[in-house]
Amino acid sequence: MAEPRIVIVGAGPAGVRAAETLVASGVRPIVIDEGGRDGGQIYRRQPEGFRRSYASLYGSEAGRAEDMHRSFDALRDRIDYRPETLAWGIWEKQLHLLQGSRTSAVDFDALIIASGATDRLMPVRGWNRAGVYSMGAAQIALKSQATAIGKRVVFMGSGPLLYLVAAQYSKAGAEVAAVLDTSPFHLRVKALPQLIARPDVLLKGLALTLKLRRGGIEIQTGITPVEIEGRPEIGVETIRFRTSKGKVRTIACDAVALGYHLRPEAQLADLARCEFRFDAQTRQFFPVKDADGRSSVAGVYLAGDGALTLGADAAEVAGRLAALAVLSDLGRQVAGVQVARLRRRLRIFERFRRGIAAAFPWPAGAAAALGEDTVVCRCENITAGELRAAVSDNGAVEINRAKAFSRVGMGRCQGRYCGHAAAEVIAACAGVPVEAVGRIRAQAPVKPLIIGAESDAEQAA
Amino acid sequence: MKPMQADVIVIGGGLMGTAAAFFLRRRGRSVILLERGLVGQQASGVNFGNVRRQGRFLPQLPLANRSREIWGRLKELLGEDAEFLATGHIRVCYDPRQIGVIEAYAQKARDYGLDLELLNANSLKARFGFFGPEAIAGSYSPNDGHANPRLAAPAFGRAAARTGVAVFENTEIISIAKPGDDFQAIAADGRMFSAPIALVTAGAWGGALSRQFEEPVPIAVHGPQMAVTEPLPYRLKPVIGVSTAIPQEVVYLRQVERGNIVFGGGARGPAFADIRRAYAVPGHLGNQLRQIRRLVPALANMRVIRTWSGIESYLPDDIPVMGPSARVSGLYYAFGFCGHGFQLGPGVGDVMAELIDRGSTMTPIEPFHIKRFAVEAARSVSA
Repeated sequence: MAEPRIVIVGAGPAGVRAAETLVASGVRPIVIDEGGRDGGQIYRRQPEGFRRSYASLYGSEAGRAEDMHRSFDALRDRIDYRPETLAWGIWEKQLHLLQGSRTSAVDFDALIIASGATDRLMPVRGWNRAGVYSMGAAQIALKSQATAIGKRVVFMGSGPLLYLVAAQYSKAGAEVAAVLDTSPFHLRVKALPQLIARPDVLLKGLALTLKLRRGGIEIQTGITPVEIEGRPEIGVETIRFRTSKGKVRTIACDAVALGYHLRPEAQLADLARCEFRFDAQTRQFFPVKDADGRSSVAGVYLAGDGALTLGADAAEVAGRLAALAVLSDLGRQVAGVQVARLRRRLRIFERFRRGIAAAFPWPAGAAAALGEDTVVCRCENITAGELRAAVSDNGAVEINRAKAFSRVGMGRCQGRYCGHAAAEVIAACAGVPVEAVGRIRAQAPVKPLIIGAESDAEQAA
Repeated sequence: MKPMQADVIVIGGGLMGTAAAFFLRRRGRSVILLERGLVGQQASGVNFGNVRRQGRFLPQLPLANRSREIWGRLKELLGEDAEFLATGHIRVCYDPRQIGVIEAYAQKARDYGLDLELLNANSLKARFGFFGPEAIAGSYSPNDGHANPRLAAPAFGRAAARTGVAVFENTEIISIAKPGDDFQAIAADGRMFSAPIALVTAGAWGGALSRQFEEPVPIAVHGPQMAVTEPLPYRLKPVIGVSTAIPQEVVYLRQVERGNIVFGGGARGPAFADIRRAYAVPGHLGNQLRQIRRLVPALANMRVIRTWSGIESYLPDDIPVMGPSARVSGLYYAFGFCGHGFQLGPGVGDVMAELIDRGSTMTPIEPFHIKRFAVEAARSVSA
């Protein structure tokens, strides 16, 4: 049998561990990375020439980051690594790529999609102003470019990342004006029995909060966002919110980082025609996979936050498991003990994930309260009122229908940032469960593709 | 279960069906419109959005002219215009041999009331400076234009419902027969609908219904390959196409007022009527991009943000099935528009309503009669 062609999309924790596992079995995978260097988002490496230490870049995760980068460096000659390459489409057993302005296609026998996650966002009036960033973007600015999104930054949303990024900013010397969490504190206490599944992470989280408080940073829980105010020529000037006690407060700031956990970048899985399932707790759809990462489509495997947002440590485990599943399905000998151990670890991460989701819930109710003139889809500048008109006047209940009528999710980001919130707006307006509203179907290209792009064959000609 | 009764059952809620239901109602008929999914979701909703007459099969021009007149009155008729813009439509050619083809077409089209302006390389450059150097001649149709397919059929559907048409979405008809004086249509969930007249406007699924009346047609389904770019300032007014004998050179594009450029053309993709899905094939995009660069080089720096497809139905002679049944009285067809039905939609609805209401129509549609396939079938049997 010819050498199997195995392609991994992503070089974050899941992709790197998958590659490592395959290499250990004597396979040379192709690793497609949208980034310029390995590490993914969480362990993003600084550009060449930057000289910051691991401790200053990754804080409490420095050890893991360093280990991940060393592992990758050791693999470098034994994999076909293609950085700055976008996997933009899938057709049958072929992955379509874009590198710069050159398109190409690779055939695969097995495809491991480790595409990672991006921020899950709930709009707030004024979130389309200059100076408002997603939590992930705020982190990229720091890690990659050693710059902050503003001089005085408010972090608003919910989830562990809220505290982590705020702490990273504080440590880097930026002024953190406040951390505003929509989740009430008591939910954290209630979720303790699940959160204790990973005592180390729980302690890290507590220490982080404590450190922020000791640094004199204001932390508010159970808040309700009201508005991000500012002027077009200046951008963000203040943020207004309601405290858990119902008092309206205003905080001066020049930038806001916004985010409510993460959502999987599942477009490739969708384009590969993988099945999706609805997760009632987090009110979103995830691609279906078995315990080892097999999707519903033969030959397509899913690992890491691109399939289910369990975090970076779990992504390493899921990456290994997916690679072992690939090897096993190709008829290679795989150690059952190793698989069982990895599965066990993944189950612990899953329990912890449920705890986090319970402690920091997605603020679904905020969608119903969005003012008519609040922008939902930033790319196409579609307001909540316009989206609701597609529902109440034109009868759209399913999200792709509402998209067709209103243009919501039709812009550059293809609904990656507004899709979840739009679904909640529609569900509330139509009075149906968000599950019935569905999810925006992915359509190639996964990211914008330049018309000037030429194929390998054309360039050779 | 007691069947629901009306004067006419329309099966298929695409642009043809919704428009026919709307115009039948205006003629005082009671109408039941049955749609298996949602109104305007299939070919009517995913096509390019061309409101183009030039280049059509010449005997189809009277129908296209009638439709164009309705496009211009959409706002008045429906309360919304489905973003119809009479921006003009221009076709250019690259091959000197094609110049004769477009000149001959322009001459004949005049007899059908369609005036086209012919442009040589210089006038093309002067009037439309954005074309690439390979474009050597063109034919401009000033009163053609484009509209938004996502909005048109739903707008007709809503207007029909407002004026009293009983619209049933998510209603799949699994059998239709005419046991007595009335047609009986039975939905998958057992609901029954009855009327003395039935109109089949079921697009790609039309053949499955005509077969139930022993009038099979050789229908094939394909998926057009559509794409759209990010928005840019609104500059390209006319709809643009290529006149060519080489299939892979076919590309067409239009800029919407919002600024995005919609394009399509080239090889078609697979479509699956059973699962109601058609796919944009990533491998087809490369040729489309190459042809776009050739046609309007300045677009090379724009980015494509989305591709899509939909289920379109084609007949071997590239013209639709339209008119009364050859076998069953009270039965009418309008389906299989071979990828060029969007412009015709409102006119088809109006003509079918007239035909059903008056027993005849002022607009010639004889070439589209379903009997042409019965003749073919008989011929192939005797041969």
